[in-house]
Amino acid sequence: MPKDGAASNSSMPHYDGPPDYRLVGRHDVFPELTHDEAERFNFLAHMNRHLAARVLPGVKNAFEMRIAPKAGDSFKSRHDVRKALLKDPAFQTWSALRRATMEQRQQAGRWVTLRQGDALTAKARELTTGDDRLQLEPQFTVPNYLTAVDHHCMPGSYHGEVLPGDVTGPANYDCGIFATTGGALGRYNDGGGHAVVAWLKKNLPDFKPKRILDLGCGLGHNVLPIAEAFPDAEVIAVDSGAPMLRYGLARAKSLGINNVKFIQANAEDLSRFDDESFDWVQTTMFLHETSRSAMGRIFAESRRLLKPGGMVLHVEQPQYAADMPLFEQAIRDWDAFYNNEPFWTTMHEIDLDDLMIKAGFKPGSAIHGGVAAVVDTSLFPSAGDDKVEDYGRKAAWELIGAKKEAA
Amino acid sequence: MSGYDPLAQAGNKAKGKRPWFFENREAERVMNIVMALAQEVSVMRMRLDTVERLLDEKGMLTRADIEAFAPDKAEAAERGAWNQEFIARVLRIVQQENEAVEAAGEMSSEDAGKELGLS
Repeated sequence: MPKDGAASNSSMPHYDGPPDYRLVGRHDVFPELTHDEAERFNFLAHMNRHLAARVLPGVKNAFEMRIAPKAGDSFKSRHDVRKALLKDPAFQTWSALRRATMEQRQQAGRWVTLRQGDALTAKARELTTGDDRLQLEPQFTVPNYLTAVDHHCMPGSYHGEVLPGDVTGPANYDCGIFATTGGALGRYNDGGGHAVVAWLKKNLPDFKPKRILDLGCGLGHNVLPIAEAFPDAEVIAVDSGAPMLRYGLARAKSLGINNVKFIQANAEDLSRFDDESFDWVQTTMFLHETSRSAMGRIFAESRRLLKPGGMVLHVEQPQYAADMPLFEQAIRDWDAFYNNEPFWTTMHEIDLDDLMIKAGFKPGSAIHGGVAAVVDTSLFPSAGDDKVEDYGRKAAWELIGAKKEAA
Repeated sequence: MSGYDPLAQAGNKAKGKRPWFFENREAERVMNIVMALAQEVSVMRMRLDTVERLLDEKGMLTRADIEAFAPDKAEAAERGAWNQEFIARVLRIVQQENEAVEAAGEMSSEDAGKELGLS
């Protein structure tokens, strides 16, 4: 068969599914995958796509045709809608399949990374030992909002260690998130970071930060595009999970990005950093994994740390505005109740502008924007152009922030 | 291997009580097993597809060839389309139950037969 495959394709409908897993970018601490392990992730990416594109519309239809008419105007909140959905077979089936797919994804990724756990850990150790860009706190206490349940059904969460110097958790996250997003985050799962940079260059072209703080960096996938865009800046990435930070530095170095420090700290107490010492504080898909009281402290810390004229930006899924249909809100809440994202539902109803004002930002200083993952669209799907709504998981976000008043 | 068991720990439960959605837990348990099997059938079909493509191209192959195989964009689309078809077939009952929502008032063949017998 010709390598371009054109001969057999003429009778096929246009293909709009996920790209092949093998396009996912590799680096020195990326796990090795066999043919079949790659195909397992391909299948799971297709499952998530199928559930979003072909099964969820049936849930919406069931809601509109047989749930809502019976309820009359008794639905006052998304929780009423969710409770009614729970009794409907269409929602039950979609949910059971979505949960099963997430559990299969975790098992697939953990198998890949644990079977080569010693080798991965040794590579990370080799890349990070003696490097002061990795700063861990052996006595660190992981905040309770990260220990109550394992986020998105990822056994061990961000901090759990199976072996000394462990990096298998972040390696699992890194190699498997393709399955959940169908490649929509791009080659290095960094479409969110690229989106923030693109937004900034378009909307604030004169902003030239010298010192940048990224909170809840995880394995650093979204902070690296920022560090790359501002190569002369000093970038500090903070997380509570030691495995994430080890893997983060090793990964950054092997991708040739050398201006990021990875520091273990609680984002609620950043007293190790001086007042007014950063130009930019960034969080990307982080706030929803904290708590109400933590958010207040994180906002206050971000304001304290900003230089006059500096800026804080948060990237999250859209807030539950009054004009968002209750059905959409209830579906967006699915991950909160059924995929171990316990703070998700509350976080998305909080008035973030108000919370920033309570943290000391001046009224009128708020920044609002919308961004979609920026990826190499010759190979990866563009979330901005995708009509399929995988509520809560689509790689398109809101950007909420504030500027600290100039001195 | 330093004191851990990849096979057992790959399948660890995440902390947090699991939600169940079906009224019958046994049915949901079986569904989970079926979907894991569907995953492995897909993996096997892709391996066969890889073997076929490599044989087409080279006339012979080794297991290392299979591991090193990476489809080009058109091949990936063909394989992706196969996965889409496969999942649509496995989950046919889900599609049909959802379609039935719009046909809530439709009659059964038995009832139709009764009417036709009378008319």
